[in-house]
Formats: sequence, structure tokens, C-alpha cells
Amino acid sequence: MAETLIWLVAVPLAGAVAALLLPRQSTPIVSVTAVAASLVAGTLLYAVSEQGRLSYEIGGWSAGLGISLRADGLSALLLMMTALVALATSVYAAAYFNKAADRARFWPLWLLLWTSLNALLLSGDLFNLYVTLELLGLSAVALASLGGKTAAVQAALRYLLVGLLGSMMFLAGVSLIYAGYGTLDLSTLAGVVAAEPVAWTALALMTAGLLLKTALFPLHFWLPPAHASAPAPVSAVLSALVVKAAFYLVLRLWLDVFADLVTPAAANVLGILGAGAIIWGSWRALRTERLKVLAAYSTVAQLGYLFLFFPLLQALPPGPARDSAVGGLVILALTHGFAKAGLFLAIGIIQQRCGHDNIRELDGTAQRLPATTFAIALGGVALIGLPPSGAFLGKWQLIAASFATGQWLWILVTIAGSLLAAAYVFRVLGHAFGHQPYPQRPVTMAREEWPALILTAMAVLGLGLAGAPVWDLMEIGA
Amino acid sequence: MNFDTALPLLVVASSLLPGLVIFFLREDSHRLRTLLNLAGAGVKVVLVGVMIWGVFHQHSYQTSWSLAPGLELVLHADTLSVLFVSLSTVLWLVTTVYAIGYLEKSPHRSRFFGFFSLCVSATIGLALAGNLFTFVIFYELLTLATYPLVAHRGTPEALRGARIYLAYTLGGGALLLVGAVWLQVIAGPTAFIEGGVLSQLPAEYHGQLKVIFLLLMIGLGVKAALVPLHGWLPQAMVAPAPVSALLHAVAVVKAGAFGIVRVVYDVYGVNFTSELGLLAGLGIAAAITIVYGSMKALSQDNLKKRLAYSTVSQVSYIALGTAILGPVGTIGGIVHLVHQGIMKITLFFAAGNYAETLGIHKVSEMNGVGQRMPATTLAFSIAALGMIGIPPVAGFISKWYLGLGAIEAGVAGWVMPVLIISSLLNAAYFLPVLYRAWFCQPGPAWPAEHIPAARYETAGALLWPPVVTAGLALAAGLFAAAPYSPLEWADLIARREYGL
Repeated sequence: MAETLIWLVAVPLAGAVAALLLPRQSTPIVSVTAVAASLVAGTLLYAVSEQGRLSYEIGGWSAGLGISLRADGLSALLLMMTALVALATSVYAAAYFNKAADRARFWPLWLLLWTSLNALLLSGDLFNLYVTLELLGLSAVALASLGGKTAAVQAALRYLLVGLLGSMMFLAGVSLIYAGYGTLDLSTLAGVVAAEPVAWTALALMTAGLLLKTALFPLHFWLPPAHASAPAPVSAVLSALVVKAAFYLVLRLWLDVFADLVTPAAANVLGILGAGAIIWGSWRALRTERLKVLAAYSTVAQLGYLFLFFPLLQALPPGPARDSAVGGLVILALTHGFAKAGLFLAIGIIQQRCGHDNIRELDGTAQRLPATTFAIALGGVALIGLPPSGAFLGKWQLIAASFATGQWLWILVTIAGSLLAAAYVFRVLGHAFGHQPYPQRPVTMAREEWPALILTAMAVLGLGLAGAPVWDLMEIGA
Repeated sequence: MNFDTALPLLVVASSLLPGLVIFFLREDSHRLRTLLNLAGAGVKVVLVGVMIWGVFHQHSYQTSWSLAPGLELVLHADTLSVLFVSLSTVLWLVTTVYAIGYLEKSPHRSRFFGFFSLCVSATIGLALAGNLFTFVIFYELLTLATYPLVAHRGTPEALRGARIYLAYTLGGGALLLVGAVWLQVIAGPTAFIEGGVLSQLPAEYHGQLKVIFLLLMIGLGVKAALVPLHGWLPQAMVAPAPVSALLHAVAVVKAGAFGIVRVVYDVYGVNFTSELGLLAGLGIAAAITIVYGSMKALSQDNLKKRLAYSTVSQVSYIALGTAILGPVGTIGGIVHLVHQGIMKITLFFAAGNYAETLGIHKVSEMNGVGQRMPATTLAFSIAALGMIGIPPVAGFISKWYLGLGAIEAGVAGWVMPVLIISSLLNAAYFLPVLYRAWFCQPGPAWPAEHIPAARYETAGALLWPPVVTAGLALAAGLFAAAPYSPLEWADLIARREYGL
């Protein structure tokens, strides 16, 4: 089963090359690739849940010389989410880009982004992680600039510079590690790092770079313009997947590799930044006039919740309570991925239909597109963290862990953030009621509305009601 | 999965599935939508009938499903849940008929009936919840499913009412969530068990348990409209009449009251709550609400607003009964859960009929309406007399048991005055309405006559529901001692709660 690891990289990469060489056939090529890559991701998830963690050495070269790929519960879950979000977004994008030339430009970059995400999630050593992170950043910037307008290009350029700065800091940390310990393999490293200046400095550098890439408050300044001016399918993956990739690395470094170095004070810093992100992001989302900016600021806020878990996990002793909290963290991240992707797709439909995404002028549109509005509502439920969404389970664990460790502040922040989220979500949904003309059937644009509905339903019903396996999979560590 | 483990799920699904299908129906497929609605309601009546029989014979029906470690979704039928489920099921059937008559020509019907079914499913799920976690889930779902119903008309007032409703209920829901999580952290998963479970916790937790109780009561008190958390209820009456009827009689307000009963009896245990000194606080809050709601109702000229403040007052009888220690007071509180429901739904149906048929929205416009709409007005009168507590209508039974329970528990000193003042106020705001309707001469024309008098005084689908529920209110009083009556069932609950 270990060969599935290489297929996860090879399939989208081959698709990207084929789509580049055969632009006329690019749409069918992408269809086949997307389905195949999703099937492989499903197979991997199944294999990991059955056999535990998997690893594969490319060409038989062992770590140190060759490239090795590995997957545990966390990476298998994120790979699966990547596949489902990318598959649904591909279906949507085929209808969204209605000119063949636009599609031909979009597809190769799109599959390259998917390839680099998969490769990042499967990499087991710091150098490969750096390479895949760089590749991911570059393909994301290229996609974000596809909007073509000046604003989009400006935002993409800023995104590029920030991304490069982040990568440089990450690379500096990686070099320090190599100089200090002579290895970049994560599992080897976990055994040898000690609490000493070289390791601290390296961790601080890598973390700073990653926080910039994952847009943690106050390093989030680049995210709203970049995510709000990209084409809708691109915004969806940027918000749902790309920032999560950097977060995934923070999680790996802090919880696995450098776990012994992390002090409560350091974890508290992440928690406080997360709290700032929740309050500031939600507040800005409430005050903005544009739907896409709202969704982008909501991403800033939602990432904040994930960082609240760091001080909690630091304080919880190993055991069932800590495992529950880890599962809560992961389900929160997964729910946000599905919900935000679906939300951006739905907003894209509105923007295409009426040429703007101004919240004040939504009345007619919200009523002409009942299914789109319903998708926004479902996504909103997940963002607020109301049941039955997966985020509700995640927040329950977050609050439970805060009570168990006596860290009351995070409870206040969580509740305040959720109520602010309710305020910005229902500010939009209020426009769905009224006496504007509306269609006989709820679904009017099937190929764009169904992907949005399925993704948001996945966040609300799929993860909320059938999310228990997430906790089982998280027991399968790297 | 056999029948016993599937039944609670089926009871929820019988309204949930039709609701989900209705969302995707074409707007003009009137017949299919009606068929689905009525079929769902009919199936639910049958399933609940089976459930009543089984629970009476100590049969156990339980569905459980793990959502996360330590977080089980449990649907469980016990005597208390069955009481609330039966009330919701019967009134849903009646309200669906009424809503079809009321709304079938207005826009956005698929959306309305879809959320209407979700709202009932959430109520039923909340009634069947087997632990606090499941209760919280359905409590929040109820908020979500009701918002689109309150906002349905889309006018600025409707949106404002819906916004206020949401602000109150989501705020309350957040406190309920925090309390529930906190309780689970110190006591583990809290299943609803007759007699409660928390008394076994060591004394060092008692301080925390008091704070948690306060959080839970505020969270539940918002929906139950306990003063000063009642502000949303008079605003939410902008909703269409069937929604107000369901909101005031079964779904939202009752969900809060039911939650209070659940937490006191089946989480804390009524004796333990009393030992912690928490019952008195609940009783005082209920007493203030009862008197305050009635006072406010006096000055309202808008009929639906008067009824809304009357709900604020009447629902707190349930909390009052809970706060009176002893089986008789318990019976009085729990039986009022049903009695208030059937009486209040009748009043709102009648108010809706006046508005739809003659354009009457205010008490001052009701002069002589009894001559034009005798059946509706008769139903209204029966329910109003019941609210005052005049025998033989159901409301009398509730007040009788509350008073008796207060004497038995030795708290008659403050409960009796509350009951007497409140009954006098009830009379003061209902009797003038009845006087106008029956004995004053009508003006030259009605404000806006939409439905002319033909075979009946109004459309049949609007007329029969209040007549039927008024009959139920009368029957619940007249045949209170018959087996399976609400009173007998409340008696069964009290015996099981107190282990008698």
C-alpha cells in the first residue's frame, strides 16, 4: 500500500504536465486527474486507518540521500480534505471559467498547486518541506494573479513578497538545524534536538516564517487583499488549503519534532496571537462592505482558533483529555477548510451573476439564488461553530480543555468570536428574505451550486455527525 | 438496529426527511408539499402512539451515536420526553393544517414549510435528548430553524424581530454551552436520569455547581422568556400566525421551560437543587415573571402582543411548579407544559383568523367580532377562560395543583399571592376582550375584510384547528382523571421522579 504515497504526487503532476502540453484537451485531462487523485487519497486514508503510518523511499534511497514520503493520520486526513475540496472546486472552475483560453491557463497551475500540497503533506524532512512550501507559494501567487485586474496583480505581488520572506526565514531555520545536528529528517531530529540556543533560534525562525505564511494576526495584512481579489475557485483553495499547509507545519514542529523545547510561555504567545486574530478578524469581517473581504477576514479569525489550542495542549498531560483536544483542533481545521471553500465558491456565483459582491445590495441576488444562499448559510453555521457542524465539536473540546487547565481567557475569546461570527453571517443572511422575484426551483446553476452545497454540507453534516473517526485517526502518529 | 433502538430516530426523521425534501420542491407543487407535510405528521402521530404505550409499560427506546470521544448523541424516550413529544406531535399536525390554509398563496412556501419541519424536528429531538450534550445540539438547531420563520415576511420589522430573537437566543445558547461543557468536565457525560446524578459529587464541587446552574438557567431562561431575558418574545410576534402559534405553544418558549425541568429534575435532582439553595432563586424569578408579564399584557392594544406577554407570564408557571419541592407542585408545573400549549395555540390561531379574515390586529377593533365569527370567538373564549383558570378548562387543573403543591411544600405564603394576583390580572386582560367580542356592537365595517363569510365564517383550514385545540383544552380539563390524560401522565412522571 505504500506505493499510494508516490501516486498522490505523481498523478496530479502528470496531469499538470499533460494539461500544459495539450491545452485543448486540458478540461478532460483535469477531470480524469482530479477523480484519480481523489481516489488515491481515499485509498491512502483507508490504508492508514487499517495499517497505521506508511512511508516510502523514492527509488529505494534511504533518508539522508533520497527523498522519503510518509503519511500518518494527520497527513492522511489533510490529504483527503485537499482532494475533496480540489475535486469539487475543479467541477466548479470548469463552469466558472467560461472561456477555453482561461481554462487552459488555469488548469496546469491548478494541478501544480495540488501536487505541491500533496507533496508537502507527505514530506518527512525539512529540506523537502522547504522546497514544497516554496513551490506551493509560487503556484498560489500565479493563480491569485489570474484575476487580471490591477488590484489582483498588486495583491498577488505583495503575496509573493510575503511568501518569499516567509520561505527565507524558514530556510534560515532549516540551515541552522542542519549546521547544528547534521540531519533534516523529522523523526531523527525529534530524537536529537535539545533545549539549546541553536534549536531555539531555528524553531523561532521557522515558526516566524510559517506564521507569516499562515497569516496569523498581526502578520495577516497580506491575506484579505490577496484572497479577496483572486478568482473564486482560487480564493477557495487559498483560504481552505494553502494557509492550512503552513499551519500544518507549525503543528508538526511544535507538537512532534520540537515538543520538548516548547515552553508554556512560548505556547501562550501563540495563544494570545490567536485570540487577537479571532477578535480582530471577526470585527473586520463584521465591518466590511464586501462579501469576499468578509470571507477573507473570517479566515484570519478562524485560524486564530487553531492557535488557541497550543497553550492548552502544552498544559494538558498526555492522556485521553489531550487526545480529545488534539482531535478537536484537527476537526476545527477540517471544518473550516470545507466551509470556507464552499463559501468562496458560493460568493463567486453571486459575483458572476450580478457583477459585484456588495453586501448592502444583495437583496435581489440572494433571493434569485436560493441554493447559493443556502450554501452560504450552511458555511456560516460552520464558521459560527453551531451544531451540527464539525466546528461545534471542535469548540466543545476547546472549551473543555480550557476548563480542564483553568485557562479561562480562551473561553471568553471563543464565545466572543462565535457571537461576532454570528453577527457577520446573519448580516448577510438577512438579505435572503423579502419580496424580490425568485425562481420556481431552488437550484438554478447546478454545476456551480452543487459543489458549493456539497462542500458546506460536508462541513456541517459530514464532519459534525460522522466526525468520530477523526479522533481515531489522530491516534496514528508520525 | 432493531425497532427499539430505531424508534426515537424514526420519530425525529418523520418530520426531518419531509422537511429536507420540501426544500427542493418546485414552488408550485402545492399538492406534493401538502402530501409530504401531512404524511410526515400522520406517521409521527402513529410512531408516538407506539412510544407512549411502550414507555408506560417501562419499555426502553434509545438511539445513540458517537460524535466524538465522550460526546454521544443520545435519543431516549422516558415519561417526561414522551409528554413533550406528544404535545409537539399533535400540535404540529394541527398547525400544519392551519399553515397550509394560511400561507398557501403567499411566496416562498417551500422555504417556509422546509424550515417549519426542521423547527418541529429540532423540538422533538430536544424532547428526546438523553443527555445534556444532545439537548444543547437540538436547542441550537431550534434557534437556527426558527430564525427564517420569524424573518419570513422580509419586512424591516420582521428582520428586526428576527435579529433581536437571534441576538437573545444565540447569547443564551452560548451560556448554555459553556455551562454544559463545564459540567461535563467536572462530572463526565451528564445523562438525564430520573432523580438526577450530581448529588454524588463531593462537596468541594458545590460552589462550581451553583455557578453552572446559574449559567444553564440563564441560557434556558432566554428561550423560556424569564424576566429580564424575555425581550425578544414580543418582538418575534411579527412572524406569520402559525409560526407565532408554534413558537408560543410548543417550540421555542416551551423548549426553554422543558430544559429548566430537565436540568432541575434529571441532572441536578430536585432534592439536591433544593439542598444547594437554588430552588428559591428559580421560584423568585418565575414569580416576578408571572406578575410582570401579566402587568405588561394589560396595556397592550395589539392582540398578538397581548398574547405574547401573556405567554411570558404563563410559561413561568412551569418554572414555578419546578421550584416547588414536592410531587404535587411538580405535577402542576409539568401538566401546565401541555395545558398552556393547547390553550395558547388556540388563542394564536384565533388571532390569526381575525387578522386574515377581517384584518383585525388590535383589541380595540374587536367589537362584535363574536357575531361575525362565532366559532373562532368561542374557541378564543374557551382558551382565555382556561388561561384565567376557570374550571372546567385545563388551566384550572394546573393552577389547582400548583396551589396545592405550594401548601404541601409549606411555601404557600408567597406562592398563593402570586397565583391569586396573576389570575386576577389574567382576568383583567382577557375578560375585556371577551366582552368586546361578544357584547359590543360591531362598527360599520371591518378594518380589511379578506375572506367573505360563506359556508363557514372563514376558510375551513383556518377554522378547524382552533376549534379542535379548544376542544382539547376543554377535554384535558373535563377528563383530567382519565387514563393517558396529561394530568395522569404528569402524575406518572412525578412518581418516577420522586421514586414513589
